[in-house]
Amino acid sequence: MKTLFDKIWDKHVVKSITDEVDILFIDQQFIHEVTSPQAFNGLKSRGVSVFRPDRTMATADHNVPTINQHLPIKDQESAHQVKELTKNCEEFGVELFGIGHKNQGIVHVIGPDLGKTQPGMTIVCGDSHTSTHGAFGTIAFGIGTSQVEQVLASQCLVLNRPKTMKVEVNGKLNKGVTPKDVTLYIISQLGTEGGTGYFVEYCGEVFSEMSMEGRMTVCNMSIEMGARGGLVGIDDTTINYVTSRVAISPEKIAEWKALNTDKGAKYDKEVIFDAANIYPMVTVGTAPDTGIKISGKIADAQFITDKAKKYMGFNGTDAINEQKVDYVFIGSCTNGRIEDLRAVASIAKGRKKADHVNVWVVPGSMKVREDAIKEGLDKIFIDAGFEFREPGCSACLAMNEDKIPAGAICVSTSNRNFEGRQGTGARTLLASPITAAASAIEGVVTDPTKFLN
Amino acid sequence: MKIQSKVIPIDIENIDTDQLMPAQFLKLTTKEGYGKNLLYNWRYVEGYTPNPSFELNNPAREGAKVIIGGNNFGCGSSREHAAWGIADYGIQSVISSQFADIHKGNLYNNGVLPIEVSAEELRVLMDYFLENPSGEITIDLESQTVKVEVIDFNTTFDVPPFKKKCLMEGVDEIQYLINMRDEIAAFEVANY
Ligand code: SF4
Repeated sequence: MKTLFDKIWDKHVVKSITDEVDILFIDQQFIHEVTSPQAFNGLKSRGVSVFRPDRTMATADHNVPTINQHLPIKDQESAHQVKELTKNCEEFGVELFGIGHKNQGIVHVIGPDLGKTQPGMTIVCGDSHTSTHGAFGTIAFGIGTSQVEQVLASQCLVLNRPKTMKVEVNGKLNKGVTPKDVTLYIISQLGTEGGTGYFVEYCGEVFSEMSMEGRMTVCNMSIEMGARGGLVGIDDTTINYVTSRVAISPEKIAEWKALNTDKGAKYDKEVIFDAANIYPMVTVGTAPDTGIKISGKIADAQFITDKAKKYMGFNGTDAINEQKVDYVFIGSCTNGRIEDLRAVASIAKGRKKADHVNVWVVPGSMKVREDAIKEGLDKIFIDAGFEFREPGCSACLAMNEDKIPAGAICVSTSNRNFEGRQGTGARTLLASPITAAASAIEGVVTDPTKFLN
Repeated sequence: MKIQSKVIPIDIENIDTDQLMPAQFLKLTTKEGYGKNLLYNWRYVEGYTPNPSFELNNPAREGAKVIIGGNNFGCGSSREHAAWGIADYGIQSVISSQFADIHKGNLYNNGVLPIEVSAEELRVLMDYFLENPSGEITIDLESQTVKVEVIDFNTTFDVPPFKKKCLMEGVDEIQYLINMRDEIAAFEVANY
């Protein structure tokens, strides 16, 4: 009896060098401009090629502007990094979806959308949110640049096998509760280190009924509780998503389904939650484990520190509901997919943002942007006073020009609220796309339930 | 690997990689020069004017090769730039009660030894070094021990045997894998 994680891992072990250290074969590596240049430099100085260019795919996302992408990048260093990526991909024969390419976008949005992410795979990228791909029943995790170089050079990694943890959520979700709220709730209960050393499998009714996009949102945030990654079992939802993008043989599909966790398989740790306890959430501190329900008090965040309260300017007895909001950021690899934009549009339709709020909608990829335009979502956004931008990581990490000013409060659909993450001194409240949209309309932190029928 | 040195105690939990190396410093394409931007937002008040109340700037700690940080050190992103900053600053070992997985791997891969001690031991070390800027710690990788003689502090720590071998013998994991290319290709043929 084995878990899904164990079955995939065992299939990929090229060799065990000690009891605990395995050489693991990697099916697919994604790379981007920020964490790859030093790895390519390493290959150059060793005089070696990319071992399996056909198992490598590149895009430019972290550093790209989200306005006027057709013009040269103004920031010299960003421009240089993007140029380096292009040069390296050409030199080493790696497929690149650069700025302007129809497939360009945030690496964790385009991998699944292009059908590159498939069940049973091992997937890595020099980015911690690689855990997103676990939604497909894959072992997917973020790695450092030295490891990017290992995979480029050998398609393998030297790894200690992580432990396994089961996170089960049973029951039906309350009105207005989205996958983002589910993950913020889990993290608020387990803490930012609750998953350290583990690979999580999400089980239970809530996840089996969730869309692929929702599963991606949940798996994406696994790293925020310290887990190396998170995965969901392979079912018809998974298969339908993949086969609507690429042709897959019936044998392959049967092989995938056989990977699911056997009944009675043991995990190293198990936790169980009840969906009935989950409400629309928002974080109030400077770590992702500080989520509270919107009707709650700052002190409800069990992991909030005094340092965080000071940075955020919040008191324990303060409420968060109706807190004034300056910016709303909708995007990132957590919530920058077409479903997220549809959800936002469903609330924005026929309404206007509050005057004092700046609202940025940044699609996760060129394709998401095009689809949104095809469906007329862009008009809804523009009519509501939202800015509809070009794809990239944007204010999720504020490496490009999209920075939230010091002191400003930003309701953000991204994944990290660390000090300064969205710009020096910026104060981030993580929330779901519909909470972000509702807060944009009202100009204050708002429970989205009131906009739902 | 034996380290005897002063210590920089940073009594803050969840020091994330965005603090260790803020995003604006991720734009370089080389591995050098990150040390001066390590912990930039806490360390400087404006531009590069040192914040005198931050322990990294305490002149009594000059030359320290060890950082002691609060629980869950290095959480957040996979950016190895955080580990490059630590290594480039001259740090050879970081001590905490827990490290985030990716960052821990990045430290090893840059020749920096991450040491996990219990929460109580961390408190003892933190308090002692906060009070005693010129105090010294002794770390020995071979025997896997951490000592602070004047307070009779003595503990052992775990290191995965392969990581120990890599650090002690200077094994280069990348070269190790490159040497396995034939074996890896055979695995691929047999399994795909
Ligand atoms: S959107 Fe944010 S979290 Fe996702 S890959 Fe980009 S920077 Fe990382």
